[in-house]
Amino acid sequence: MSKILVIAEHLDGKLNSSTARAVSAASAVKGEAIDVLVLSDAPEAVAAEAAKIEGVSRVLTVARPENAHPLAAVLAPQIAKAATGYSHVFAPSTTFGKDVAPRVAALLGVAQVSDVMSVEAAHTFTRPIYAGNAIITVEADAAHTVVATIRTASWPAAPSGANNAPVEALTVDAALPTHTRFVELKQGSSDRPDLQSASKVVSGGRGVGSKENFDIIYKFADRIGAAVGASRAAVDAGYCPNEMQVGQTGKIIAPELYMAIGISGAIQHLTGIKDAGTIVAINKDGEAPIFEIADFGLMGDLFKIIPELEAALGA
Amino acid sequence: MKILVGYKRVVDYNVRIQVKPDGSGVVTDGVKLSANPFDDIALEEALRLREKGIAEEVIVVGIGPADLTAHLRNGLAMGANRAIHVVTADAVQPLTAARVFLKLIEKEQPGLVILGKQAIDDDANQTGQMLAALWDRPQATFAGKVEVADGKAKVTREVDAGLEAIEVDLPAVITTDLRLNEPRFIKLPDIMKAKSKPIDSIEFGSLGVEAHDHLKTTQYAAPAKRSKGVMVKDAAELVAALKQKGLL
Ligand SMILES: Cc1cc2nc3c(=O)[nH]c(=O)nc-3n(C[C@H](O)[C@H](O)[C@H](O)COP(=O)(O)OP(=O)(O)OC[C@H]3O[C@@H](n4cnc5c(N)ncnc54)[C@H](O)[C@@H]3O)c2cc1C
Ligand SMILES: Cc1cc2nc3c(=O)[nH]c(=O)nc-3n(C[C@H](O)[C@H](O)[C@H](O)COP(=O)(O)OP(=O)(O)OC[C@H]3O[C@@H](n4cnc5c(N)ncnc54)[C@H](O)[C@@H]3O)c2cc1C
Repeated sequence: MSKILVIAEHLDGKLNSSTARAVSAASAVKGEAIDVLVLSDAPEAVAAEAAKIEGVSRVLTVARPENAHPLAAVLAPQIAKAATGYSHVFAPSTTFGKDVAPRVAALLGVAQVSDVMSVEAAHTFTRPIYAGNAIITVEADAAHTVVATIRTASWPAAPSGANNAPVEALTVDAALPTHTRFVELKQGSSDRPDLQSASKVVSGGRGVGSKENFDIIYKFADRIGAAVGASRAAVDAGYCPNEMQVGQTGKIIAPELYMAIGISGAIQHLTGIKDAGTIVAINKDGEAPIFEIADFGLMGDLFKIIPELEAALGA
Repeated sequence: MKILVGYKRVVDYNVRIQVKPDGSGVVTDGVKLSANPFDDIALEEALRLREKGIAEEVIVVGIGPADLTAHLRNGLAMGANRAIHVVTADAVQPLTAARVFLKLIEKEQPGLVILGKQAIDDDANQTGQMLAALWDRPQATFAGKVEVADGKAKVTREVDAGLEAIEVDLPAVITTDLRLNEPRFIKLPDIMKAKSKPIDSIEFGSLGVEAHDHLKTTQYAAPAKRSKGVMVKDAAELVAALKQKGLL
């Protein structure tokens, strides 16, 4: 029977919702146990949150001062040790999981399945390649631990609240390197919903034209309670920070509503939004490829349309 | 210091990949192949470090079939001093690629290895991290800025929460993100010059790398298609439609 270890992602003492999505994928394996591993300098609050997630059997904590920041080189040896006895190790396919999971896989001497979209059987998964232009079915060798990252946009967050899984402190005997040191994290300070878990997202592209103009996007997003995203072209041009990039090489998201404003719809952008519930495109070019996949398209100048949308929303 | 750069050939990012009707793979016959965009960025970064006097030699590495030489010549034309071609006709999974790089590291003793954060064909995003683990050295993935001094590198990483800076002791593995730099264009005289630069060919089999693939791809499928929706005539109609769906 399968036993799955899910690596918790957290920041500033809060569990990231990607963890509950990875738990959903773990549940799909239909194993006998799902344990969540929290590596932190002070894991208590995060562990308490993880214990509430439905489907979680146990929460294991490793409290060490070295775990204050998520450095892959420091975390991976601990995860590799903790993985003993587990058939699967899952991490979310976020920059955190993408950084640490392959390092764990290599320490275990196994391959990794990246961006799991579905679990077909305990060792059979589907995943996207070529920016999502093809979906492959991969079979991992059942004789080895499966290390996988979970494409968060493909999985709902496992519900939270009903569960009360036991929390156990774990001591792992792993020598930790000092060759990698945390310096700082510059977070985009924002009171807006988190881009990766928001139910509504408004994104701006090169068509927005400047950093100053992007205020129109922020203002409209705030009006409807949406998170704000961007195309690569908008980020490259300095209109907005990198963490807002949506797409093949940015964030893959699945909001209920996605509004692409002044975005042409390059394949690399579309791969980041194809699981969105409803896609709205606003573009002045009627031939823009974004209209090919949009549920609702509106052709016209965004600088004229956005104020009209605000007016139509009423007071 | 030597810098080893991963230089993978992939299907060009402009090609719309088609899955073969029988699900046995994707159509790659006759499609345009180019350097993985992230590897061009890796090479550019290495060249800049050499131009600053921080590195002396930049070596591009390709793992792939015999006809990879023309691709490696592009890397040489861009400015690499020499190339290493590990020759194999088989598809190479990231763990195997990492093991190959480790063998080359043992021989070349580089101060820095720069790879792309992901190759845009398989989108695995694994090789650099796996290599760093096997080598037991630091990794700085998703690099948006690299500063090298005094045997250390300060790397600013593009992470979901924003920008994270870490400091790593060299030697280390760095993987590149899109905004690290803008790769230079190859000029005609450079193509001529590249013809005389050395390409070392090494048979994959001679490296003694275990190529046991733990992953088997059993099927290729086209992704579910989103159907084309409707065009609305104005803002009021759009708001009404979204309200009706309960989205606003
Ligand atoms: C390896 C690689 C990875 C990539 N990864 C990503 C990724 O993760 N995410 C991503 O987004 N891209 C990515 N790209 C880039 C992608 O190919 C496109 O270049 C990019 O998405 C284009 O952004 P855009 O649509 O904002 O700009 P453009 O393509 O320039 O489109 C701008 C649009 O705005 C419209 N417009 C202009 N003015 C107005 C106006 N006043 N009102 C209304 N509409 C207006 C125009 O008609 C046009 O359609 C990647 C590319 C490569 C090679
Ligand atoms: C048409 C086609 C079909 C394929 N079919 C399969 C298949 O069925 N199963 C399968 O497992 N693989 C297959 N492959 C191979 C696969 O695409 C990748 O080569 C392999 O899985 C490595 O993944 P990645 O390059 O996405 O790794 P990543 O970890 O995304 O690569 C990151 C970086 O590592 C370096 N790197 C990785 N590989 C090389 C290399 N060969 N040479 C130089 N640098 C490198 C580069 O710097 C690259 O930017 C196929 C390849 C092609 C072109």
